[in-house]
Amino acid sequence: MRTEFRIRAARSLGRPRARGNIRRAMDGLIRKRIGAFPDTGELERLRDQGQAIRDHALNNLPELLEQLERQCAANGIHVHWAEDADEANASILAIIRRHNGHAVLKGKSMVSEEIGLNGFLAEHAIEPIETDLGELIIQLAQEHPSHIVAPAVHKDRREVAELFAQHFPDEPHGEDIEHLTALARRVMRARFRDTRIGLSGVNFAVAETGTLCLVENEGNGRMSTTAPDVHIAITGIEKVIARLEHLPPLLTLLIRSATGQPITTYVNMISGPRKPQELDGPREVHLVLLDNGRSRIHADPELRATLRCIRCGACMNHCPVYTRIGGHGYGTVYPGPIGAILEPQLQGLERQGELAQASTLCGACGDVCPVRIPIPQLLNRLRSEHARQKAAPGGSGAFVERAIWRTWASIHANPGRYRRGLWLVMRLRGLLGRWMGPWTRTRAAVRIAPRSLHELARQEGFHGD
Amino acid sequence: MSTPDSILFFGTCLIDLNRPEAGLAAMRLIEGTGIKVRFPGDQTCCGQPAYNAGYRDEARRVARLQLDVLAGTEPVVVPSASCAGMLRVHYPRLFEGSADAARAEQLAGRVVEFCDFLERIIDIALVDHGPPIRVAVHQSCSARREMAVADSATALLGRLTNVSLVEPDHAYECCGFGGTFAIKEPEISAAMANDKAAAVAATQAPLLVSQDCGCLINIGGTACKQGHRFQVMHIAEFLWERCAAPAALSQATSHESIQ
Repeated sequence: MRTEFRIRAARSLGRPRARGNIRRAMDGLIRKRIGAFPDTGELERLRDQGQAIRDHALNNLPELLEQLERQCAANGIHVHWAEDADEANASILAIIRRHNGHAVLKGKSMVSEEIGLNGFLAEHAIEPIETDLGELIIQLAQEHPSHIVAPAVHKDRREVAELFAQHFPDEPHGEDIEHLTALARRVMRARFRDTRIGLSGVNFAVAETGTLCLVENEGNGRMSTTAPDVHIAITGIEKVIARLEHLPPLLTLLIRSATGQPITTYVNMISGPRKPQELDGPREVHLVLLDNGRSRIHADPELRATLRCIRCGACMNHCPVYTRIGGHGYGTVYPGPIGAILEPQLQGLERQGELAQASTLCGACGDVCPVRIPIPQLLNRLRSEHARQKAAPGGSGAFVERAIWRTWASIHANPGRYRRGLWLVMRLRGLLGRWMGPWTRTRAAVRIAPRSLHELARQEGFHGD
Repeated sequence: MSTPDSILFFGTCLIDLNRPEAGLAAMRLIEGTGIKVRFPGDQTCCGQPAYNAGYRDEARRVARLQLDVLAGTEPVVVPSASCAGMLRVHYPRLFEGSADAARAEQLAGRVVEFCDFLERIIDIALVDHGPPIRVAVHQSCSARREMAVADSATALLGRLTNVSLVEPDHAYECCGFGGTFAIKEPEISAAMANDKAAAVAATQAPLLVSQDCGCLINIGGTACKQGHRFQVMHIAEFLWERCAAPAALSQATSHESIQ
């Protein structure tokens, strides 16, 4: 069946340059992560700790969110609750309008992608300015991020150089990385100076202190959150953690899993607007806390583990499917294994259920997840829910699929039928096996043995007793 | 687990259909060490295809039969890490909270993957009668991760004195089989299988072995279509061919490629 996902995936598979870029980048990130965790025992202890911290936060989510709101308020941070994308966008627009803003400096934020903020702002004549290098590249190319940590990972430096030459014709041309980053810095500098509103994501929100933690490598995050008069932070409600002391292990896990660095170049701890005696920093700080389906996920004891995610991207770096089709192959904001469990839950199985099929269940994602989200197990759970939903009244039916599995079960749950079936298949092996649907498009047909193990075992005297 | 007097052998449906010689070789190897091998004739399939497709009721129907068939106290040896993983890791989940929960737990605790059984449980003595050969090894994802028995396969093959092992590039990566994944997402599966077959071919080893029949069907079938020259073989069959006494070998079925 030509589903939307399969069409998109096939399109991505047909782009050898992007595939090569993604493969090389993922290989590099895998190597760096291995280098960052030389001691496996230590890594496993850290993962236990990370999981415990995130589970603790999720198991106390309502209380922690209330505490976070109180502490933020005490620090002078305005907290806005957003049930869905529309509410989040409206809150952000209202703040910008109140300050007569016409442009917003944006630090990297996947939640802003989730709510479609850039498009929304543009519709309201407000210019979103992406300041993260990868996000800037994506914005210039009018694309969407293909990776949650490295949004432009599918492009190589020559493509970036061409893009910059088109958009900044007055700047000198060059293809090496240093030239390109220097060019981006020059171009961004004026925007940092002139724009009065900044927006960023949040890596962790600490409930006990009302602190917003933001890690980044380019300094654009610090610029976006300190140079403008107004800083708007946006994040999902699941990003809260209880205590400040929970941060160091989580940062270690996040950063080493994501890029293999011991620590990012910048670790921002934002604890409120500029105080009266202070010379710099924003005069107003806002925190938009987005639900957008997270409460629903939270309500299910098994699926809740999805919300442990700290967005390191290690699951996609190690995923053989992501490595082949990249983020654009998924067609969702969150791609890769985490996207394959998160998006069907955020958007519903009717719309994104097929993503749960986009995995061989090889287990690489679950193996590297720094907070031990059992991604393969959750994929399996979502597949079973999707199957049940399709079968329910008003579901899409999937009659053929269901009939196949029922028939399969009635054969394999009955030893006599199974043996007779095997016998028949083996007698017909000359007819079967030349064409086996999509299998034989790229493979030789599966060999069917002339006699089954059941027959051979009996003949050699291997019995059940 | 110490060396048992007898074991139950769970042959798996893929071996039944595609590569019964591998199942027979595995049983002969174990029986050759003096352990009685029992092969219950009513066994069918572990139920994993339906389970992974999201059809849990159908998987349970089939799995319940295996609970009956594999009842007992002996180890259950499985010549597939994938099927062993289903029995060991997923049966307890599948039957959680049901009347069969205790039986599923009891069975799970007895399941051993074939290479792990030979290497770790019975510490088998192998005498390699074969000529020198380079062999590429593909560890299935279930062997590598879910069952964590990849080291056993490597160590077991290491006992063959005339065999030198090579690991293909990106060895840790899935071959793209994934059961129904190969049918549901054939383009992605093919891209993965093509890369895997090319990586194996690049080692220039004439033979690829693995503990899982699913991977072998996928990689071997792809290699055949793409014109790569290497053959594929299940580890059990490879061990039997190298180590059986020449007389025993002549009565065994001749080898051919798995495709």
